[in-house]
Amino acid sequence: MHNCADCASCAEVPKLELRGIRQRYRTARGDTLALDGVDLCVASGESVAVLGPSGCGKSTSLLAACGLQRPTEGEVRIDGVPLDGPRLETALILQDFGLMPWKTVEQNAALGLQVRKIPKKERLERAHAALRQVGLEEFAQAYPAELSGGMRQRLAMARALACDIDLLLMDEPLSALDALLREEMQNTLKRCWLEAGYAQVLVTHSIEEAVFLGQRVVVMTPRPGRIAAVVENAEMKRDGWRDDPLFFERCRTLRELLREEGSRSAGAVVADAPEGGQERFGSDRCGLGARLSQANGAEKGECHA
Amino acid sequence: MRSSFVRKLAGYLFAIVFILAGWQVTALIVDNAVLPGPFDAIPMVGTYFGDLWPAFLVSLYRVVAAMLIGTVLAIPLGLMCGRSPRVDAVFAPVLYFLYPLPKVVLLPVLVVLMGLADAPKITLIALTIFFQVLVTVRDAAQGVPEESVMSMRSLGAGRFDIYRHVIVPATLPELFTALRISSGTAVAILFFAESLAGSTGLGYFIVDAWALLAYPKMFAGIIAMALLGVVLYEVFDVAERRLTRWRARERA
Repeated sequence: MHNCADCASCAEVPKLELRGIRQRYRTARGDTLALDGVDLCVASGESVAVLGPSGCGKSTSLLAACGLQRPTEGEVRIDGVPLDGPRLETALILQDFGLMPWKTVEQNAALGLQVRKIPKKERLERAHAALRQVGLEEFAQAYPAELSGGMRQRLAMARALACDIDLLLMDEPLSALDALLREEMQNTLKRCWLEAGYAQVLVTHSIEEAVFLGQRVVVMTPRPGRIAAVVENAEMKRDGWRDDPLFFERCRTLRELLREEGSRSAGAVVADAPEGGQERFGSDRCGLGARLSQANGAEKGECHA
Repeated sequence: MRSSFVRKLAGYLFAIVFILAGWQVTALIVDNAVLPGPFDAIPMVGTYFGDLWPAFLVSLYRVVAAMLIGTVLAIPLGLMCGRSPRVDAVFAPVLYFLYPLPKVVLLPVLVVLMGLADAPKITLIALTIFFQVLVTVRDAAQGVPEESVMSMRSLGAGRFDIYRHVIVPATLPELFTALRISSGTAVAILFFAESLAGSTGLGYFIVDAWALLAYPKMFAGIIAMALLGVVLYEVFDVAERRLTRWRARERA
């Protein structure tokens, strides 16, 4: 619904809007273009997964979305208002979780509230409520180093949840975990999202993770990053989605898309979008209800450079 | 807590036996009045206690005050140099000039300007500690992972919050390592300053005994100076364990 270049026709103001984001980095070998015009909208309460090869600027987009890095060009809007720095209702979870080793679990969980100058008693209460939500309350007095990888991930979740966020941005938060733990944490991420109702953007390079957690899956091109396609995935709320035949079908579709993007960047110049199985490429679209009606198709919204 | 105390005590007892044995053997081999054995030197600590104790206190006061002043002044500047490339660009070249320079060469200047009492000694030691702590804190602050800072900023933290919750705690372990290492330098400079200027402190006590060829008395002073080092080391150890409790748990 919100993957169009011009959202004027949309009924509601999206929670997060990225408009023509370009990011240039100055490196030793000259300027590098990391992002080449990314347009993306995320509705309130929506879950979007972003897939792409390493170095496609996924993380850069997230930094822009949470106001930590001003893009070279383009604009980030939250609730329709241009963003000019980190806001309290957005939480960011990075790959290494960004926990403070010198703070106990409860102090880490309360960190966002402490920054907001919330009195100690209240912030500990809220931190404990968040820890309970992710099943970490009995470890409140431990230090992060004493936790397993999955527990640290949960603590990072708790820290975000304690802050009453409306937007959660995650940069490959599960990539440090082993396969089984990953699935378990994906379940936790989904449950928290369903319970709390914030909008979320999950950057990952696991196709299964994207299909499990994203109502839409955005596929990015290799550097310079652009949005190559947006795949609707509204069925992700189904019970037992991980074992649903459609789940595997979606994963296959995305795998083909990614492979295509990979080979295109490897030198083949393809002017038109190639035909691929049952996928439908083509026009941008911005109609309400389109998400459901085209749920089976992959959508290609080529962004102008 | 108690068992760690007992273990520490046992360690010190072992160290004392080990050092005394080595000392005794060396004294027997050297067989010269300038190196009396421990059985000649240790009783002198009792004999000269009336002079040693005030000298010990004066020296302890000078070292502690100097290290405190040097550290307190160095930490903020080190943090700023470490986190702000602009500040670092200004101070780093100054640092490269002054850091390797042995600050003891300034003793004559300080004595002329400040006299023979505590001030020149404290200033000299503080100067040395200042640069060592400055360089350590600066490097440690530079090494703080950007992800931690990013996470903190994404939570809405301002500059002060980031120093308070991320940079300062992250640099503490290295700060204490620097303090422990430089406590040895501090005592050495203390000896140098006290032996050359003034008539108080352990440095003076040792050099005075030396001039009188009272070698056992001189060694009583040396023993006191060793104890001074132990006291400093323990103070930093206790402070470090209090302030970086999380590291002990990490190692466990």
